[in-house]
Amino acid sequence: MSTQSQRPSARWFTNAADDEKTIYERSRPGRRAFVAPPSGVPERPLDELIPARLRRAEPPRLPEVSEPEIVRHYNRLSKRNFDLDTGFYPLGSCTMKHNPKLHERVAALPGHARLHPLQDPEHAQGALELMWRLQEALSEIAGLPHVSLQPSAGSHGELAGVLLTRAYHEDRGEHRTKVLTPDTAHGTNPATVTMAGYEVVKVGTDARGNVDLDDLRAKASDDVACLMLTNPSTLGLFESGIEEIAEVMHGVGATLYYDGANLNAIMGICRPGDMGFDIVHFNLHKTFTQPHGGGGPGAGPIAVSERIEPFLPRPQVVRRDPGASGNGAEPEPEGMRGVPPRMYDLDYDRPKSIGRLRGFQGNYGVFVRSYAYIRSLGAAGLREASEVAVLNANYLLARLRQEGVLELLPVAYDRLCMHEFVLSGAPMKRELEIKTLDLAKRLLDHGVHPPTVYFPLVVEEALMVEPTETETRETLDAFAATVAEVLREAREDPEIALGAPYSTPVRRLDEATAARRPIVRQPL
Amino acid sequence: MSRYTSVTDADLREMLATIGLGSVAELFADIPQALRLDRSLALEEGLSEQEVYAELRALAERNVSTDDEISFLGGGMYDHYVPAIVDSIISRSEFLTPYTPYQPEISQGGLQAMFEYQTAISELTGLPVSNASVYEGPSAVAAAGYVAKLHNGRRRFVVSSGVHPHSIETLSTLARGWGMDVEVIELEDGVTNLDNLAPSAFGEDLSALVIQQPNFLGAIEDLEALATAAHAAGALVICAADPIPLALLRPPGEQGADIVVGEGQTLGNRLDFGGPSFGFFAVTEELIRRVPGRIAGETRDLDGKRGFVLTLQTREQHIRRERATSNICTAQALNALAGVIYLSWLGSRGIVELAELLAQRTAYARDQLAAIPGVSLPHSQPVVREFPIAVDGDVELVIAHCRANGINPGYRLGPDHPNWLLVAITELRTKVEIDRLAEVLGAAVAAERERVPA
Amino acid sequence: MAEASYPGDLKYHAEHDWARIDGDEATFGITWYAQDALGEVVFFEAPAVGTTVSKDEAYTEVESVKAVSDVIAPLSGEIVAVNEELAATPETINEDPYGAGWLVKVQLSDPSEVESLMDASAYEASLE
Repeated sequence: MSTQSQRPSARWFTNAADDEKTIYERSRPGRRAFVAPPSGVPERPLDELIPARLRRAEPPRLPEVSEPEIVRHYNRLSKRNFDLDTGFYPLGSCTMKHNPKLHERVAALPGHARLHPLQDPEHAQGALELMWRLQEALSEIAGLPHVSLQPSAGSHGELAGVLLTRAYHEDRGEHRTKVLTPDTAHGTNPATVTMAGYEVVKVGTDARGNVDLDDLRAKASDDVACLMLTNPSTLGLFESGIEEIAEVMHGVGATLYYDGANLNAIMGICRPGDMGFDIVHFNLHKTFTQPHGGGGPGAGPIAVSERIEPFLPRPQVVRRDPGASGNGAEPEPEGMRGVPPRMYDLDYDRPKSIGRLRGFQGNYGVFVRSYAYIRSLGAAGLREASEVAVLNANYLLARLRQEGVLELLPVAYDRLCMHEFVLSGAPMKRELEIKTLDLAKRLLDHGVHPPTVYFPLVVEEALMVEPTETETRETLDAFAATVAEVLREAREDPEIALGAPYSTPVRRLDEATAARRPIVRQPL
Repeated sequence: MSRYTSVTDADLREMLATIGLGSVAELFADIPQALRLDRSLALEEGLSEQEVYAELRALAERNVSTDDEISFLGGGMYDHYVPAIVDSIISRSEFLTPYTPYQPEISQGGLQAMFEYQTAISELTGLPVSNASVYEGPSAVAAAGYVAKLHNGRRRFVVSSGVHPHSIETLSTLARGWGMDVEVIELEDGVTNLDNLAPSAFGEDLSALVIQQPNFLGAIEDLEALATAAHAAGALVICAADPIPLALLRPPGEQGADIVVGEGQTLGNRLDFGGPSFGFFAVTEELIRRVPGRIAGETRDLDGKRGFVLTLQTREQHIRRERATSNICTAQALNALAGVIYLSWLGSRGIVELAELLAQRTAYARDQLAAIPGVSLPHSQPVVREFPIAVDGDVELVIAHCRANGINPGYRLGPDHPNWLLVAITELRTKVEIDRLAEVLGAAVAAERERVPA
Repeated sequence: MAEASYPGDLKYHAEHDWARIDGDEATFGITWYAQDALGEVVFFEAPAVGTTVSKDEAYTEVESVKAVSDVIAPLSGEIVAVNEELAATPETINEDPYGAGWLVKVQLSDPSEVESLMDASAYEASLE
């Protein structure tokens, strides 16, 4: 029977039994928050408006609570969450950097927040200009001339990219069937390839952690539509052979797709467009500070090369020169003389477009925040963000080395890392008999969100660490010391980590039963 | 050093020394010289917070929002009242800033909120299984199409033209990649009429029938008959639904829909020029393992305490990769949270009252507008919150006249129906505003009829 | 099942599947090694009776909480029975991979294929 090390938990978490109730369990018949105003119109019997056979017999069962109960319930629920404003999230591949508070203020301005998506573009010039300027900025950062803001998340951007690739090849009369992805790829990459109707072919990783060029050359053929790459890779390493990779792929007529999840390492330092990529997606909820919201919203805009431009989703935000006619602008209707032609517009006249990927124009609220970020930082600030991101990652790695952590959790590939690095827990598992999972769970007791675990798949017992540029040295020092302490504790008594966490609102959860016999709603 | 980083010169010296490098430039040694950007990014200099605020405000002021005019715009997103508690709860750091709940022990707040949301969506749609959100309405329809494709492997979708045009387009975009056809059936008298379809359309290659409730022209569809026909052909039924009218209408899940999806913006989310909002996605028990996106499930911890986890994760991209049910990763968790807060605020009685209010005011608005000489109704089907009108004359000029009087009379339906407007009613559109619309629209149409005598 | 075991009366395939031969019928399952690597099995959907299976090719999947794995057929034939109990209690595959955790019974189409399989000691050796 091992000692259970408790840590004071009142700071963030509440553990009262009452907190476990759902909003439904707090409901009492007849309680309510909303009371509808009177219709104010002469009313007709409902049966006349909507025949009874089309109507529900019983109202939907929603919670029945007053406003104070709703507030208290969700406030107390919130305290059972760890969050970025409260603590460190060294989650590799997620870029959990600070979410500036200004962004919430500007996104809430009614001119942005209460703008209807079908408002006449002439009366949405502020919004369209913002989107156009954001496109220009992203284009400059990526080094590619054309941008679509439509995709709603990174994986949505990936889907756009692969569909664009398909349209490009078909326009040239080619029907290719395969897409290459490295075996280190994020799961969204192969999932996207299948959703777009292609077959996934995996490319291996060499001993230095880069794409295996020999394997790539063997698999690159004129049946390959595209190679999807992340650079730096999901191992946090720059693909030094990228020029050669681009040459191989362009040599067989394939497109080169850049997964922008790791853009935070290279802003202002190098650009995917200059490396030869045709299509790049950005994660506005990673690099560009859109708050992660517990799982979204985000946005995944794409930047593309000239040859891909004709196929971009519809509509595109464009800027027309004032006074110019044509460009697909509608002729001024009679009687509208004196009204200037709209300068920023939504262009639907795109005959080769792949079409729509979603309704309306995209996650505009996210664009407002990302644009505010780019305007706040400017060229120098964005470059500095990447420099410090890479500095912090290398510093943290060095501190972990100094604390002796790397003896049990060696870095997977012994070379300079970029903004993140991957450790392997295999030696720790052999010597201390605790796994990466157990280390992660014990870190929870220390008030730190663990790094990403078990990704990428090519590293055994992987632990992927990305500190980002907004963390202080002291936070990084403390994290390194905490990891070292957990390892020391495990050496003396592995049982502690195996049973962790202890101080969180719930202990380890039975995920197997949850998957075998899923309960996904409250029975009522 | 920007306001978001904290590396002083002293820090930098010591950190580089710890790493064992002499300069920041050395950190990027792996990047070939030829690829380095040899200039600054061609972006303007960074601004102070107050300057950024000023710029964003100036941009906002060039938009005519629903604060600036009385708007009858609908067409998939609606100007509903979002109660203050939604803002105050979702702006909490603990909901706004955490990551996806892959470490459930410290994410019980978010996971429980998802579970509560899933329960509410299940109730509205009449299907037992809801996921924790997808991006929005039209892409949810496409994702439902993917489920049908995986389920029965057939080649064709039949879609009512009563489905939102953005949904039809999005489904078509994706279907092309799956090698599937999309056939669109025209509406008749405002509703989907199966007789407009060749008998061969309901053949063995039909993967799913896609319908919308209420449809894009605001009309209530007879789902049961349509669902029966589709099931007889062995196809799935996908219904895109508007959530607030579902308080009054028979749940699509009880009328034969296998998958019910929809746009969640009206549930506690702002217009935001079209996003972010959320899409809801509900299915029958049989389809649970094909659902895209995250699902929160109930379970117990080591001490027997109830808790919640992301479940059935093997469907998802991070495990199943190329065989995943979808590539979706980041979804719309915060917006779905706003949704469940809003549904809790409405409550069982409140949502019914709201829907009845919409129905009464919509009926009133339709009667008032139909009484205007030169305005006719393309259909007289039962409606809940939205309906089309046809105006006699140049609809652009009519709209301009209304706008000059501070009213946006509705959405112009485009080249297929060049003189139709789609008029939407929310609880914010009072009788006074509706009367004003009728008055102003009446004057505009009258002026048009004078300008261009019949 | 806590301890690794590889019963001597079974034949083994390199992709961690076993076969129990009974005349020209065989029962298939996954080995201790496979279920240990997978972790707690949460879902198994039996293929339909009558389905043809081919040696060395995947004929179904097993899902755990954190992974999905193809199950490879060690021999070719037609499925004549499936283990329906596993729908309700897939964890049996972990608890008793060689007994109650059997997956399918197959009518062999080419019994000579058995010669290509390993015996228990060869399989165990291959795991080193």
